[in-house]
Amino acid sequence: MKHPVVTIDGNEATASVAHRLNEVIAIYPITPSSPMGEFADAWSAKHQPNLWGTVPLVVEMQSEGGASGAVHGALQAGALTTTFTSSQGLLLMIPNMYKIAGELTSTVFNVAARSIASQALSIFGDHQDVMAVRQTGFALLSSGSVQEAHDFTAIAQAATLKARVPFLHFFDGFRTSHEVAKIFQLTDEELRSLMDDESIRAHRARAMSPDHPVIRGTAQNPDVYFQGRETVNPYYLAAPAIVQEAMDKFAKITGRKYHLFDYSGHPEAERVVIIMGSGGETAEATAKYLVEKGEKVGVIRVRLYRPFSIEHFVKSLPKTVKSIAVLDRTKEPGASGEPLYLDVVNALAESNHSNIKVVGGRYGLSSKEFTPAMVKAALDELKKPAPKNHFTVGITDDVTHTSLDVDTSFSIEPAETVRCMFFGLGSDGTVGANKNSIKIIGEETDNFAQGYFVYDSKKAGTVTTSHLRFGPKPIPSPYLIEVNQANFVACHQFVFLEKFEMLKYAKPGGVFLLNSLYGKEEVWDQLPIEVQKEIIEKKLKFYVINGYDVAERTGMGNRVNTIMQTAFFAISGILPRDEAIKQIKHAIEKTYGKRGEEVVKKNFDAVDQTLENLFEVKVPAKATSKITRRAVVPEEAPEFVKNVLAPMLAFDGNDVPVSSMPVDGTFPSGTTQWEKRNIALEIPEWVPELCIQCGKCIMVCPHAAIRQKIFDNKFLAEAPATFKHMPSKFKEFSNGMTYSIQVAPEDCTGCTLCVDICPAKDKKQPERKSLNMTPQPPVRQQEAKNWEFFMKLPDLDRKLINPSTIKNSQLLRPLFEFSGACSGCGETPYVKLVSQLFGDRAIVANATGCSSIYGGNLPTTPWSHDSFGRGPAWSNSLFEDNAEFGLGMRLTLDKQNEYARELVENFRKELGSEFVDAILHADQTNEAGIDAQRGRVAELKQKLAASADTRAKDLISVADSLVKKSVWIIGGDGWAYDIGYGGLDHVLASGRNVNVLVLDTEVYSNTGGQASKSTPRAAVAKFAMSGKGLPKKDLGLIAMAYGYVYVARVAMGYNDQQTLKAFLDAESYDGPSIIIAYSHCIEQGIDTKYGLEQQKLAVQSGAWPVYRYDPRLAHAGKNPLTIESKEPSIPFSEYAYKENRYKMLTQSDEARAEQLMKEAQRDAKSRWTLYQQMAAMHYDADSNGDGENKN
Amino acid sequence: MIDLSTTYLGLKLKNPLVASASPLSKEVEQVKRLEGAGIAAVVMHSLFEEQIIRESREVDYYLARGTESLAEALTYLPDAGTYSLLPDRYVTNVEKLKKSVNIPVIGSLNGVSAGGWTRYAHLIQEAGADALELNLYYISTDPAVSAKELEDVQVDLVAEIKSSIQIPLAVKLSPFYTSFPHFAKRLVTAGADGLVLFNRFYQPEFDIEELNISHALDLSSPSDLRLPLCWIAILYGLLDADFALTSGVHSAKDVLKSMMAGAKVAMMASKLLYGGVDCVSGILEELQSWLEEHEYTSIHQIQGSMSQKSVAEPSAFERANYMKVLSSFRELA
Repeated sequence: MKHPVVTIDGNEATASVAHRLNEVIAIYPITPSSPMGEFADAWSAKHQPNLWGTVPLVVEMQSEGGASGAVHGALQAGALTTTFTSSQGLLLMIPNMYKIAGELTSTVFNVAARSIASQALSIFGDHQDVMAVRQTGFALLSSGSVQEAHDFTAIAQAATLKARVPFLHFFDGFRTSHEVAKIFQLTDEELRSLMDDESIRAHRARAMSPDHPVIRGTAQNPDVYFQGRETVNPYYLAAPAIVQEAMDKFAKITGRKYHLFDYSGHPEAERVVIIMGSGGETAEATAKYLVEKGEKVGVIRVRLYRPFSIEHFVKSLPKTVKSIAVLDRTKEPGASGEPLYLDVVNALAESNHSNIKVVGGRYGLSSKEFTPAMVKAALDELKKPAPKNHFTVGITDDVTHTSLDVDTSFSIEPAETVRCMFFGLGSDGTVGANKNSIKIIGEETDNFAQGYFVYDSKKAGTVTTSHLRFGPKPIPSPYLIEVNQANFVACHQFVFLEKFEMLKYAKPGGVFLLNSLYGKEEVWDQLPIEVQKEIIEKKLKFYVINGYDVAERTGMGNRVNTIMQTAFFAISGILPRDEAIKQIKHAIEKTYGKRGEEVVKKNFDAVDQTLENLFEVKVPAKATSKITRRAVVPEEAPEFVKNVLAPMLAFDGNDVPVSSMPVDGTFPSGTTQWEKRNIALEIPEWVPELCIQCGKCIMVCPHAAIRQKIFDNKFLAEAPATFKHMPSKFKEFSNGMTYSIQVAPEDCTGCTLCVDICPAKDKKQPERKSLNMTPQPPVRQQEAKNWEFFMKLPDLDRKLINPSTIKNSQLLRPLFEFSGACSGCGETPYVKLVSQLFGDRAIVANATGCSSIYGGNLPTTPWSHDSFGRGPAWSNSLFEDNAEFGLGMRLTLDKQNEYARELVENFRKELGSEFVDAILHADQTNEAGIDAQRGRVAELKQKLAASADTRAKDLISVADSLVKKSVWIIGGDGWAYDIGYGGLDHVLASGRNVNVLVLDTEVYSNTGGQASKSTPRAAVAKFAMSGKGLPKKDLGLIAMAYGYVYVARVAMGYNDQQTLKAFLDAESYDGPSIIIAYSHCIEQGIDTKYGLEQQKLAVQSGAWPVYRYDPRLAHAGKNPLTIESKEPSIPFSEYAYKENRYKMLTQSDEARAEQLMKEAQRDAKSRWTLYQQMAAMHYDADSNGDGENKN
Repeated sequence: MIDLSTTYLGLKLKNPLVASASPLSKEVEQVKRLEGAGIAAVVMHSLFEEQIIRESREVDYYLARGTESLAEALTYLPDAGTYSLLPDRYVTNVEKLKKSVNIPVIGSLNGVSAGGWTRYAHLIQEAGADALELNLYYISTDPAVSAKELEDVQVDLVAEIKSSIQIPLAVKLSPFYTSFPHFAKRLVTAGADGLVLFNRFYQPEFDIEELNISHALDLSSPSDLRLPLCWIAILYGLLDADFALTSGVHSAKDVLKSMMAGAKVAMMASKLLYGGVDCVSGILEELQSWLEEHEYTSIHQIQGSMSQKSVAEPSAFERANYMKVLSSFRELA
């Protein structure tokens, strides 16, 4: 091949060009564009230069708004500047985009196009974000494949410098950004040939400089603003030709030809589809197939969408066209059509082609599959005398009936392409191994190759599905492998067989590879009957390997990746076996070589031992299994769960019709309880005779999968035989009361935190505690029954529980349960605590991030309700506005409370003064008071129910606000320290009664560990690869400066009682409060089973002093600050070097690591000294809590 | 002026005081200070077999853990691509020390089983180390492993490492072998140029409140000197190897005793760690004075003078001495 080939994804393909063509790169993480910034940062950190020999400066900003501001500034100062973003990030850039365009400034924004949060957030791909900026004046250039993303980054850069119009180059989020494909790589020489140095110098010459000063960014009045706005017209008129010129030049250099509108299909096509992005690949391939079948159809792929050149568009259209279907990957409610459709309609009208019938349709929102069958459906629709307009394709719209019928059996997959699917767990390394396989096939053979990977929404026990295609011809198939099309299906986890119908994808006569604990003789009888039938009916060749055993023996642990990869190559015969082994080992050395010999060795061992453990299974003629696939949810689940959520759990969510979906994004709470994920290999087993009933295990459980209850002895009569219990040791609940701890075996993730925290040891055998891990499978059924019984036991009356001790607080039912958080998550115990203490009267505003994903990502959600139907009402607005969002909730509650009180007063006569006063002056400082007020409100509603007075009806509608509500504003450090800080500061300053909980993991956890301003000095994070050189922002100290904000810093693993007190205090404070909670996280480079221990060390080292700052104390003449940790007793390094985020810097830059560690030690010391001094300040009765020391 | 010079493993040393493996040798500045204070050679901190393997696994574990599991976060930590793992940093440290000081630098490997890690012996040599010390610290807890099996493994390891280097090899041992002289001889036959007696046996401490094991590190005390003194005195002249005495060397008198037992060098760590590196010059001065006062002209003169073969009462090193001590105890009672 003439050009170098690489097998990379769309993000890397784009970044590799953008990094070479720019000088300044301002970034902010957002899915799915984050990897582009990460690549750029990593390359610059490794001193990789751009095309002109200088290393681009990469800077992380506090938000996309900030990034676009920095880009604007850098451009004004004359640098070649870019940024990468998606979705909400792009929306935040809009104001600057207008400015940049208005000032005719050359730049390229590279965008992995993604859905916009509306009725729900979605991280997946469509064009809603891009369409929301089409009015800014940016040129919009669309690429549809990994190769095109690579190429168009360069073309856009060449064009913008010449045209002076800024460019937004976009491609489909995930489908292109994350697809791995074999592409021809642009060399530096090719890029140099493409770029015009004169236009770069011209760009610099236009920059602001005191050496040739100008004024830019003036304010203009009605007299000239309009005229000024029209001055840019010539540039926009010239831009299309400039882009085509750049494309033509590119074609001369590389041989790859592009046009503003690329037509393909029959030269005399009568029916044409017009489309942008990756869907164009599918449409083009489908049209080609149909033309070969004799149909007169074609496709126009729109490359340059803005400026929209009617002239070029019309030229691309065959003269024979009679009807057109314009496909938009976006939704514009209320518009007369989607944007591309309207542009086409207008273009045809303006060019006197109104005789052509045009219809518009929507497809592919949020990465919804877009297949050849859907393209055919659109083309077929055009055959009809009155084709449906404003249709949808790819869903079933049974409400407004917009959807087209699709023949799902239609396929254009060529016979020469091999299609393989792999079902694995995130933790078993399946995706990584498949990426390696694709690289091997793409780079070591003449085959073209494509890989795409689908993940579920859980952070623990994630199921991954890999779709690999390879073959002698290019693979224009940006869609998942379809039913009956996979030549090879591999199941890397045996338990999946009972959950998913994976063999429906297998092609008749294909291969099925199963990782199984059972050998070739035993495995058949262990398969569910549905699986047996499919193997027989499709005549599949069935192979089995005990990858678990090989992994165990070779030190691979649970990572069966290398083993299953070797088995795949051995069976598939893509390469001669010896060659395949050689290539796999080569890939292992390349991937793991830098991590030390030991790792390479164990992977080599795994490869070597695979072949001798791989067997073909003789398939019997009949299906005989006694095992059947399990129901997705139990029969007793609510109808909505069964009808809507269950198909999603079974990976059949695409079949859910529009009518089943809530119209406004509102879902019932407490649905995780129906999804029994069954992912723990081991679960805790309770030993009652050792238990001291301290409740610590319950408190630290991230998934609310271990609980305690106290109940009347009489209930034991119904208990299953294996149900464990003991007499209650609680003083207030002792007579005739029984205590029990119960584990939910199918909800527990096996994190071991409860065992770790358990203080009750067997005196004779200290390794044995009151909780010990035990293998789950043997006790699964028995404990599931015990759990069911346990959950039916009544909860204690909240009024009777004084929650000020750990053991008591943990009697309160968690109303946040079985979330999708990582096993051993350090955030969720705090979230769960909020739900226990205040859940039945809480409203939660949740910033986007980990907590909104494990808290609100479908199919099932963890926020739950109690037996009275009360529980936290939860919502997520955005990432950047969460504090304001929560404040808004408080404002409404306050307003409604005020209004309700006014109305109650109005009804004094009818209701009676005593009753009215009781309502208006109710003491709601404890559960009993709140309960009493609930009773009064119920009575109030009853009393007014029959009234015809409209004020009475109004009062009923707002009466619930008379019961105290608790507003919680929850988010991570990325929100609180960075993107949402301005709002958070304002909300704290407002003085309103809101409670802010900052789950501080010290990185952007949800997007993969990028540095935030909370990241401590000396720690490595993405965007801080060489270790953060500056100290962590002290958010608590800033909040304390207000004087009237309740501030607490807590670490549950250090002092759970202090944590509990802080939560109770903060909520009881009638003003703003903020709790900053140390949240250990897998992204800190720790094994989360040591998370609590790390919390302790963090406090002991001074990295995380814990305290409470209570303004009420100042009012009482006392110092409001109480430091609740001891003077640092261990070096900072003793804590830090137990975490890989610190340790890895010693491996990449030892000298810097040493220096930063010394400075981090100083940070800890000076922080401690400052707090000590603050805590020692004298306050007296005149101190008013506004922070001012009256002395 | 008394001649304090000695030889060890073929290296000419200006005096018999050597800094044994300790964290002090991790920092160039500390080693420079040791050299300034008069130390004659330095043994670097140990590179542990387990550390090499564990670090490799750790780097891989944390870079792989949780990766490719979530659509939003395909990785959790940035991958620097290249990692200077412990062995690489160790080798770099050897290079740095060699550039910074003039005294011999002795590398130190700690491990017991054959494997890929042993190639670091060669890399340490390539980095400029003047000699290598192999520490065979091992606690046998498996009742199925016999003394012979265990010794065979260790002898093979010494032979393997010896064959991979040209610089001298010393082997550091614990005293817990059934027939110590026999095993020592096997090691010398396998290629050990010197024996370092003895490494410290770190026993776990019990936390009786928490019922936990704690890992307390107790530094040596002068009373620890007796054991290595005894064995060097016994082995002196029996084996064709140099002896280094380590454990319990805290004063000039301890150095003298070491020399008299037959050691070529006396190694110190604990005293340097808690007494400071500057104590070396004091010890050397005291050494000079004592030898002068007792009219010796060189260190060489006293080396082995109190070994079993040289003393008037050789049986003092054997069972007879034990009986004598016991009987004297009874007499006192």
